[in-house]
This record gives sequence, C-alpha cells and structure tokens, in this order.
Amino acid sequence: MEKSEILSQVTEIFRDVLDNEEIVLADTTTANDIEEWDSLSHIQLIVAIEKDFKIKFTSAEILSWKNVGEMIDNISKKLA
Amino acid sequence: MVSDFKTLKKAAKNADTTLPKVKIALLGDTATQFLATAIKGAAQQNGFYADLFEAEFNQVEQQIFDPESDLHKFQPQFTVIFQSTHKYLTSFESMSSCDKPNAAQKRIDFLKEAKGLLNSKLIICNYPEIDDGVFGQYGNKTAQSFIYQNRKINYLLMEFAEQYSDVFICDLSSLQNKFGRDFCFDSSVYTSTEMVLSVDFVPYVSQRIVDITAAVLGKFKKCLIMDLDNTLWGGVIGDDGIENIKLGHGLGIGKAFTELQLWIKQLKERGIILAVCSKNNEETAKEPFVKHPEMVLKLSDIAVFTANWDTKVENIMNIQQILNIAFDSMVFIDDNPFERNIVRENINGISVPELPEDPADYLEFLYSENLFETASFSSGDKDRTKQYQVEAERITERKKFADEGGFLKSLNMVSEVQGFTKFLTPRIAQLTQRSNQFNLRTIRYTEEDIARLENSDNHKCFSFTLEDRFGDNGMICVIVLEKRNELKDLFIDTWLMSCRVLKRGMENFTLNTIVNYAKSTGFKTITGEYIPTLKNSMVKDHYPKLGFAPVEGKENLWVLDVDSYQEKQVFIKEK
Repeated sequence: MEKSEILSQVTEIFRDVLDNEEIVLADTTTANDIEEWDSLSHIQLIVAIEKDFKIKFTSAEILSWKNVGEMIDNISKKLA
Repeated sequence: MVSDFKTLKKAAKNADTTLPKVKIALLGDTATQFLATAIKGAAQQNGFYADLFEAEFNQVEQQIFDPESDLHKFQPQFTVIFQSTHKYLTSFESMSSCDKPNAAQKRIDFLKEAKGLLNSKLIICNYPEIDDGVFGQYGNKTAQSFIYQNRKINYLLMEFAEQYSDVFICDLSSLQNKFGRDFCFDSSVYTSTEMVLSVDFVPYVSQRIVDITAAVLGKFKKCLIMDLDNTLWGGVIGDDGIENIKLGHGLGIGKAFTELQLWIKQLKERGIILAVCSKNNEETAKEPFVKHPEMVLKLSDIAVFTANWDTKVENIMNIQQILNIAFDSMVFIDDNPFERNIVRENINGISVPELPEDPADYLEFLYSENLFETASFSSGDKDRTKQYQVEAERITERKKFADEGGFLKSLNMVSEVQGFTKFLTPRIAQLTQRSNQFNLRTIRYTEEDIARLENSDNHKCFSFTLEDRFGDNGMICVIVLEKRNELKDLFIDTWLMSCRVLKRGMENFTLNTIVNYAKSTGFKTITGEYIPTLKNSMVKDHYPKLGFAPVEGKENLWVLDVDSYQEKQVFIKEK
C-alpha cells in the first residue's frame, strides 16, 4: 500500500475517532496541532488503526512516534 | 446492546445535566480515565446524569482512610472500588511464602475496614483471572499459588457482599469468562498507559456498573413478556399441532426451547412476572401448557396470558394495565423481527432484545444481556406471580358490581398493621427501593436504614398487609413518620403503596391508622409532602384528596388537623 493511501486512511480514522471532519493530516502533524488529540484519544486512535489495518503495534512503537509521518512509516513497514 | 467507547465518550461529552443525578466516586489502582468517561456515557444512555468523582491515580487507601479527603467531601451515593488483578499479582509476588496463603483474606480485611468508613453504597469490581503459570495446574492444589488466591478472593468477595445489603459486586471475572482474556486486556496499551481494560472492553464494564446503580435507584426489570411460536417452542402450534411442535430433551432444536424455558422458570422463581403475548386462538395457545409433557412452563407460571388476533402493542398495553407496572420494567421476547420493531417503536421504554436468528443461540445471547439486574432479593419474591394472577381475577370480578362499596365489601379485606420487625426488614427495604408510582417522596432505604428507623425514638413506622377472599397481597404499604415534638407535628417521611391495591380504600385505612396514632400520642397536626419524580404523578393530589390543607407559601406541602379529622369509611378490617 502506498504511503499516501495509508495517510488518507489514517486521516479518516482520525476524523472518525476524534469526531472532527475538518482534520487534515500531513507527515509533520503532531498532537500539538490537533486539539482533540490528547493522551486518551491517542490510545483510541492506536486501537482503531490496529483494527483497521489488522496490525498490532508493540508498546515501544506506540510511544516512539514524534509525528504522523513516523506513524505512517511504521504502519507501512508492518504491511510490507 | 452495549455501545462502543467512541459513542459513550460522545454521550459523556453531551451529558444531559437535567436527568436524575447519581453521584458516583471511582477509585482505582490503575489508570481509570476511560472507565470514568464510559460510566458517564453509559449513565446518560440509561437516563441518569452521572456526577462523577475520579480519584487521582492509585489513591484507593488514602481517599478512604483520610476523613478530609476529596472522596469524603464529595459525598457519593456510590463508591466504585476497582482494584486490578495486576496490582494484586504484583503485591502477591512481593509477599513472603507464609503471607501468600492469606493474600485474599488480607484484601477482604481492607474492604471490611473501608466499608466502615464509607457512607455510600459500595460497588466492588472482582478480579478477572490471571494464571501466571508459576505452579502449572498444580496451582489449583496449593494456596501458595496466585491463581488460588485469585479465585479465592472472588469467592470471599461474594461472601463479603452477602453480609451487607449495600455492597454490590461488579462481576468483571464473569465478563472475562465470556469474552476471553485477549479481548479484555491489551498488553501494549497496558504497558504504555497503566490501563488494564482494553478500549473494547471498557463499555461492558461501565454498563455493568451502571446496571447496579440503576437497579438500586429503582430502575430494573420486573416482567418478561413472551411470544410463543418459535420463541418458547419450535414451530407454529396452530399449523403444526401439539404433536409436531419442537420441544424436549434429546438431540435437535427442541432442546434449545426446553433449556430456554428452564431458564425462564428460574427467573419466575426469582420474582420476575411472566406474561404471554401471542397471536393465536387462546385455546390453541394454551394447549401445550396443559398437555405437552415436555413443557417446563405451566399455566400457573404465567401471570397474564393474552392470545388473540389483536396487535401485540395493544396486548402489551393490556398486560400493563393488569400488572400496573411501568413499561420500562418490561422485557419482550419474540423471534419475529417485525413484531419486535413494532413493539419497540410504539411502546416507550420497553426492552426488546434483538434475539439471534438461530434459536440455539437464544440462551447464550440472553445470558450476556444482563437484563435482570436486581439490587435485592427476598424469599417472598417467588410468590409474586400468584398475586398478579389473583389481581387479574379481581378485575374480572369488579365488573359484576354496580357500586364500588358493594364490590369492596364483597372482598372481605383484612389488613395486618405492624412496625418494622426484623422479619419484615428485607421486604420493607425492597419496597422503598422498588416503588416508583405510589410513592410520595421516593426516599430509598437499605435494610440497615430500616432497622435504624425502627429503633429510632424520633420515628414511628407502620407496615400494612392486605388480604382478601381472592388471596394475600402480602405487605403493600409502608409508612415512616418523623416526630417533630416541638411542633406537636408528625411529618410523613415515607408513604408508599403497592399499585396492586389501588382503589380499595387502603389510603383511607392507612390515614385512619396514622391519625389514631397521632391522637393517642398527643400530636396535633400531620404534615405530608409530595416530591415529584418522573414516575409518581399519580399521587400528586394524594394529600388534598384525603382532606389535607395546603401549607401557605409552600408548594406540595400539606397539613391535616388531627382534632377535626373525621374517620373515613373503610371496608378493611384490622387483623
């Protein structure tokens, strides 16, 4: 799967979980950029992404991403 | 059905603060933010507003033992204690081998102490099992193993809860048995957040907690209404005939229906009223109940039997009239999705579980719905069906009399008037928790409260039974009077009656009793108050109807002058 495809799928998940249709994600987006993205919803997002892509992150991975780009890279690696 | 976490979070965010409020404190030894949010959401969905206090992380002991703590300041109605199996395991692992066999008991000792310091009702989450495998299966044979102490504490918790009417167990362990540990626990989420409940599991836990609070607050199911064809037996009695309907032990689908009936019979024994609502000729519908050797349910188990060709909505309304209980205390089961939808859409509040297509799945599905939560149980509950059957007979009988007095006289009614004796305590507490409609102030009391009132110098308590020639209604009326000696006034703290005995002159008999007591003890006035709730509008004018005068400047407050009271005519004799 292309990274751009993953990004758009992840964007949909963010919009759904955070209940905000206006969210636009880029590789450089961080939790500081999105109001609803706090430590609680972060867990919801991870669980939703795991379900959607049928993958499982390790606990180290969950805490390692600095921005959306790194998260996408991680998903992409798991799907490969 | 349980909503997902996202939906609950939204419900929590948009919580309606005008709903009846319930104050819940949540104490946990792991991160509980998700659970707190989900409890708020589930409360909202169940018609309550949860005013929730969430203690700081891992402060269970401090909050309970410090009398100045935020928990005590908050004054919750319910305190939820959620101690995780993980933390239990960690503390177990640091114990010496001579302490390990007492690990479970030690936790119970803590809870006993906590119980003494809390004024609220207590909801304790039990411990989903972790088998650490240290002893292999030998762990079942030694008190030194964690699995042994894990199962033991769940057992001891049941024993602990059994001793107090205001301690309840939220059964996480049985939920984990149903869903499996891998669903309930997410190790990577746990590692990064200290949350021991997975995001998908949290909604089930919050629903079970709210189920308990709702039951304590008087919202629970009292009646199961059942369709017949393809619900209680396989096939259509009118088409297939009695010898061809599927029912009975042995292989095949008949077993599913028999086992469902066995379960329903257990519900009836517990005090759930059973009613039948079927599109059939009455005689045809009753035939299996009378003649089929494999029928578990008999006609004597059914309080109201309606089989005709009217719509199910009309028939359920009819059942409601006879039983006189609210629609939201009813559950309707029917295999036909069409009938389910019509009933759901037209009868507000009734629960209509979405039965699976395959009757083989009915039971497991119904087990998991936790439809019949209750906050109390007394041994008299099982006789409830008989009382409602008798009521159906009375309704038929009343039609024969032209005037009310003639009918009432013909009933030969007798009432036994007593205080709150020890023997009656559970039933009285239960009535204060269950009665919603004929309840002037809707004050809920636990068994301990009832015992305290009976022994209080400042209170006088009465309980009333009512028996007539059709049968015994059991205890049907509870009065708590508060003595306001300096005013020479008796304040009616509680006046509640079972709706089964409406229109029998029981109100008059009760008031005569209260006034006689007032006269003999020198009270000059009796004050009554009506506190409106969503369900008690039927007694809005209770006091003025009985001749009480409004208290000037006070809405819903009424007073009766004792000396000028004219004893009311009644057709009830005191036993």
